[in-house]
Amino acid sequence: MASLILDVPGWTGHLAGQHVDVRLTADDGYQAERSYSIASPPEDGQQLILTIERLDDGEVSPYLTEELRVGDKLELRGPIGGYFVWEERLGGPLLLIAGGSGIVPLMAMIRHRRAVGSPIPARLLASFRTYEDIIYRDELEREAEAGMALEVIHTLTRTQPPGWTGYSRRIDAELLREVAWPVEQHPLAYICGPTPFVETAAAALLPLGYEPTRIKTERFGPTGGS
Amino acid sequence: MDDTTLDGNAAGGILREIFPFEMTLAEGTCAHCGSTRVVGELTVYKSAMGTVMRCPTCDNVLMRIVSTKGRYWLDMQGVRVLHIKTEP
Repeated sequence: MASLILDVPGWTGHLAGQHVDVRLTADDGYQAERSYSIASPPEDGQQLILTIERLDDGEVSPYLTEELRVGDKLELRGPIGGYFVWEERLGGPLLLIAGGSGIVPLMAMIRHRRAVGSPIPARLLASFRTYEDIIYRDELEREAEAGMALEVIHTLTRTQPPGWTGYSRRIDAELLREVAWPVEQHPLAYICGPTPFVETAAAALLPLGYEPTRIKTERFGPTGGS
Repeated sequence: MDDTTLDGNAAGGILREIFPFEMTLAEGTCAHCGSTRVVGELTVYKSAMGTVMRCPTCDNVLMRIVSTKGRYWLDMQGVRVLHIKTEP
């Protein structure tokens, strides 16, 4: 994983949860384009942070995470998306469910929530393979301890370090029953990750009484990051 | 549903090139089963051949977009109505 900090002159702003398309053009004119979620909150102005997972067989991510140098220029299109976004007026409490790098747009929501000082409670359930794979661990830990009404719950699906007290399995209906806000609180759920992860999590919320219109989903391609 | 399945958010970029509005919030009515969903909820497959959007209810192809040098091709026979909001 790598976080890129981009200066985007003329950026007219975005909403937490939106993404940009990054287009690379080779010398021979060949173009490759990928979508990346914005990790930074709208309050960062003309500075954008993209957190990018390096895919070994990827066309674009190895370049962005390893070759790109300070001062290089990138072609961006965006912001894109009006569906998988959160603003304070949409309410909550928030249930944010992340599979692997699916945490990135949810992080923008968490950072936006902090930037506007929103009192809306938020609970993040994030699934990673190993402890080392956890993204934004320190930042989330600090914020959870700071009494910002943010709860962070991790599950590690492959290996767990000694003394691990979090969950140790893939997200399933029983795990969500333990973690999800009671439906009486009218929660708003955002789920992002690889397609099978998103399908499982969204399907498991329905029997708990979550309204389909209060469950927003965004699916990734094959990252296998859950 | 396999690992290469995406959703309508992934089609937002190319749709934004063609239409002057945020299209993931547009609503499409399936010409086959009649269900209406926002574009962000559609099932999307992307390949070198283009972008295919399918109905998550019945799997009918709603829209196909192919981009070649200097032009776009839109096959929209699977969508009966596309309802585009011009303001947020």
